[in-house]
Amino acid sequence: MTDATADSFEVLGRRPRGPASFLIFAALLVVAGAVLYPVLATALNGVKDLSEIRTNPLGLPRVWMWSNYWGILTGYRYWQVLGNSLFIALFTVFLTLAVASMAAFTFAHLRFFGDKFLLNYLQLGLLFPVATAILPLFIKIRDLGLLDSYWGVILPQVAFSIAMAVLLLRTAFRQLPSELLDSAMMDGCGYFRYFFYITLPLSGPILSTVGIIAFVGSWNGYLLPLVVFNSESRYPWTLGLMAFQGQYMTAWQLVLAFITLTILPAILMFLLAQRWIVAGLTAGAVKS
Amino acid sequence: MTASVSPPPLSEAGPSLPSEARGGLFTPASAVYVEPARRLTLNGWATIAVFLPPALILFTVFVALPMVEAGWYGFFNWDGYGRPEKFIGLKNYGYLIGNATFARSLINNALIIIVSLLVQLPLALALALMVAGRIPGAAWFRMIFFLPYVLADVAAGLIWHFMFDGDYGVAGAITGALGMQPYFLLADKTWAFSAVLIVIIWKYFGFHMMLYVAGLQGIDRSLLEAAEMDGASAWQRFWHITLPLLGPMIRLSIFFSVVGALQLFDIIVPLTGGGPFETTNTMVSFLYYFGITRMRVGFGSAVGVVLFFICVTFAFGYRRIFMRDD
Repeated sequence: MTDATADSFEVLGRRPRGPASFLIFAALLVVAGAVLYPVLATALNGVKDLSEIRTNPLGLPRVWMWSNYWGILTGYRYWQVLGNSLFIALFTVFLTLAVASMAAFTFAHLRFFGDKFLLNYLQLGLLFPVATAILPLFIKIRDLGLLDSYWGVILPQVAFSIAMAVLLLRTAFRQLPSELLDSAMMDGCGYFRYFFYITLPLSGPILSTVGIIAFVGSWNGYLLPLVVFNSESRYPWTLGLMAFQGQYMTAWQLVLAFITLTILPAILMFLLAQRWIVAGLTAGAVKS
Repeated sequence: MTASVSPPPLSEAGPSLPSEARGGLFTPASAVYVEPARRLTLNGWATIAVFLPPALILFTVFVALPMVEAGWYGFFNWDGYGRPEKFIGLKNYGYLIGNATFARSLINNALIIIVSLLVQLPLALALALMVAGRIPGAAWFRMIFFLPYVLADVAAGLIWHFMFDGDYGVAGAITGALGMQPYFLLADKTWAFSAVLIVIIWKYFGFHMMLYVAGLQGIDRSLLEAAEMDGASAWQRFWHITLPLLGPMIRLSIFFSVVGALQLFDIIVPLTGGGPFETTNTMVSFLYYFGITRMRVGFGSAVGVVLFFICVTFAFGYRRIFMRDD
């Protein structure tokens, strides 16, 4: 699974040669073009004058209007929405890992009355999406006084990622060699120290998988923040983008520049940590 | 799409014994780690008391209770202020049955499922086979195809809103070049939803392709080589070896397609906003526009309950029927 990007396997038997190979390559190029074109068109049209987008949306800009991008980069709105998203996503990841790994550890190593029942109870979260309960959730967040606060988004996000996280982590914790736990217990090491000094340090890969899933889910989240936030000063970038589009409507050059800049962090992260992200998102899906 | 929905645990599906019970009979007891043998010490109880409540409390408050409350609120006509008092029984569900917009939303969700299964999955499988072979740049192609999946649905929706724009966008340029009148796909009440379908395929095929690539990696190459030696054609090798062995991954990919289709929302808002004439809503966007924005808590909760039952029925039924052996 971690090798999903390694170029070292052949599944079709021999390496395709001659015309077959050329046809496959050509087909792949066409699809790659169709995938990349909308993103490239967005970035390039963000460097144009509005009237030029109208007459020449397909080609390179005749006049490079870097001021579209520069204006957004020097304003604080862009940095504010990214900062909000980062804050929310980091707290979501940290709390998800903390809360879920503790619960998963208990389910992995301790037998007590009702443990199976509680585990199954948490697994119910795998069955339905946030959207099903979004209205009562809104009422709950309001009654707790968390409306329009970061916690109003972070806590429900954590709660909704617990089910999958506990499932993945419990399986991984159980696969650690049991002799470790036996000998640690023999030496008088309690569960707490075992958890912090043995389990967590040995579980880097699965913790990063869970962390990546939680981060991407939070970073790209839209429905929950949409329901919780009123003040634009707290908007994450997904809401900020929609607000920006609502404000500039037909000034496509600005909207496109704003889209480009807000998806840029995700694209950069993806290019840098591609192997980890692909493995994390697909492995999470497969293992659960 | 949120990552919160995933299939039931594969490892624990089916008739297999719980892992503790397996293997204990014929192996010397000392070689098998039997977890329940350990008596709970004070330290063990303390661990449970500290480690378990945070997860249980968060889950109960923000996941389980709201779902139960959705079932309760669904019986009321309630605007969210004070307590729900106007009990109206099943009327909210009655409104839903007679509601043409909701019916259209259900059809749209079904359309997404159909297109996902009939167009997106075969496309993903074909591409997986192509990039799994030793084509030059295969790693690059895999990366490019996966890229849309990591972009937020909202951004994808806006990007395509521009692409389809009849005045400024690429669609406008194409109609202009052909000397036609500008065509506004997103305002065409017959065809607007096809725009949503295109964006979904664009955004999600790469994820499914990666699942298949992972599945292909697990296939023992010697099987394919042996078949080739025995004179099986490429098509026969695919149909009789690769495809059956990919079965578990295909079933998983279908599961994700359907669950993702049922909860689709983020793409709708920036792309069409449910319009024109409310023809492009999904169940969740219907819930948003007709329940949340109008603060019809009871009605919106009822929509949530319907969605809940569809999701749970599907998840259980699918697991029962198709994922038993995985």
